[in-house]
Amino acid sequence: MGPRRAGALFVAPFLALFLLLFLAPLGYAAYLSLFQHRLIGGTVFVGLDNYLKAVTDPVFLRGVARVATFFVIQVPVMLVLALVFALTLDSGLLRLARVVRLGIFVPYAVPSVVAALMWGYLYGRDYGPFAQLGRLLHVPVPDFLGGSWLLGSLANVVTWEFVGYNMIILYAALRTISPDLYEAAAVDGAGAWRIAWSVKLPALRPALVLTLLFSVIGSFQLFNEPKLLQPLAPAVIDSGYTANLYAYSLAFTGQQVNYAATVSFLLGLVIVAVSYGFLFASNRRREV
Amino acid sequence: MVAALAYFLLPLVWLLISATKNTQDLFTTFGLWFSRSPQLLANVGATVTHDGGVFLRWLLNTVLYAGVSAVGAALLAAAAGYGFAKFRFRGHGAWFNLVVGAVMVPTTALAIPTYLLFAQVGLVDTPMAVILPSLVNPFGLFLMRVYAQDAVPDHVIEAARIDGAGEWRIFAQIALRLLAPGLVTVVLFTLVATWNNYFLPLIMLNDPKLYPVTVGLASWAAQAQNGGAGASGEMLPLVVTGSLLSIVPLVVAFLLLQRYWQSGLAAGSVKQ
Repeated sequence: MGPRRAGALFVAPFLALFLLLFLAPLGYAAYLSLFQHRLIGGTVFVGLDNYLKAVTDPVFLRGVARVATFFVIQVPVMLVLALVFALTLDSGLLRLARVVRLGIFVPYAVPSVVAALMWGYLYGRDYGPFAQLGRLLHVPVPDFLGGSWLLGSLANVVTWEFVGYNMIILYAALRTISPDLYEAAAVDGAGAWRIAWSVKLPALRPALVLTLLFSVIGSFQLFNEPKLLQPLAPAVIDSGYTANLYAYSLAFTGQQVNYAATVSFLLGLVIVAVSYGFLFASNRRREV
Repeated sequence: MVAALAYFLLPLVWLLISATKNTQDLFTTFGLWFSRSPQLLANVGATVTHDGGVFLRWLLNTVLYAGVSAVGAALLAAAAGYGFAKFRFRGHGAWFNLVVGAVMVPTTALAIPTYLLFAQVGLVDTPMAVILPSLVNPFGLFLMRVYAQDAVPDHVIEAARIDGAGEWRIFAQIALRLLAPGLVTVVLFTLVATWNNYFLPLIMLNDPKLYPVTVGLASWAAQAQNGGAGASGEMLPLVVTGSLLSIVPLVVAFLLLQRYWQSGLAAGSVKQ
């Protein structure tokens, strides 16, 4: 067996499954999105009707707008925290750095189902410790599960879950920077802050772009946390609260398979477009 | 930093303390301190025997789904990563770009179409419905290719060929060993992702006997929420204790394998 054929055989199993489980569902969703099931006449080809319906569907648009808002608020907070922790750990000025690193990272091991349930109980008006403390000290505590607070409460759950994960990615990148760079900078008279700003941050660029891309994907497909807090805040979290919840309810409660496929497909397109937008922006900036 | 640590750990402390309380104490005693009569063992007992011991079944299902998915995904990614790193074949660049382009495609956007597809071929409501989609990890392939580039030196492969070893044997006996740290990283990532997965099993599985622990807990939580008194009121300690039990294995795995997170990520995140 020649090396050429061997190489093809090594990649074949992965690519076969990739075609079956990645490209086939995408193709199937695209196909389904071009049809409609009608009571009279059965399934008919409708071209782009489903897409026209989706881009003018107030529920879908509201869901996308909500996850976009969530992204704009939550991701900067999360990544700045992750960056600060990673730089602090990397500076070597911290005692018990290993314990701190693990403590911040541990929430990533907690399933989002458990994290959402746990925070849901913590937010609770009856037995949540915040409300209990508030009653003890006679301080009014906001209604974390009320309409105006809920998106912030969700953002807090996601931040709690993923700061550590992003911190580890950034920290791993920091550990690979050659010490020679620091020495050269120190010889040039740079202090710790200057080194962090002028040496570490530029070196972190690829890792930061990576964390940003993961965050785009995570925020825009937000589902688990709102789905689990739904029973606690039924008045606020409706079946179209996020774009993904909407797709889910369309498919499994509304039985609108074709429209659900359209919404899933469109949401995927939105995420890919936003991701590549960030990638191009970061690459352009690098060339300038 | 102390404040940060408190923020990340206090919810888990709350969970640990709450798992020692009965329903009444959950409502009446302070959340961050023990009640007068801690009953962790009684709660654990109630959790694992409720509904004919279904909770243990959920845990076993999770171990099965996550274990098979993680090992399978890592081996597939390792073989393909090695193939892309060390060989050239027809369509090499195009295939790789196609897979890396798919890194951006959200798994959740794929889940509903995958469900519809599986419904056509009768895979819905089987363990395979949860395992198969988890076997393809584009980011894992990307990591393994970058890792294999350096971890398996060309001269080692050449020397083995001169000694007459076949390509398959070189991979299985030499390359895999050199790829081990990167392999563990992909195993860990897939393990966490599958262990924590909720959306996919939620839509794929109807039979409660097949649920992983995430879907099971969520169904209990919904029961506990309905009314909050009477029979469902007794569900609350089960949800809290079950939540605690479901994170213990993963946290232990984390502590034992933590050094692998860094090595694998360092390879993937920097050399682009």
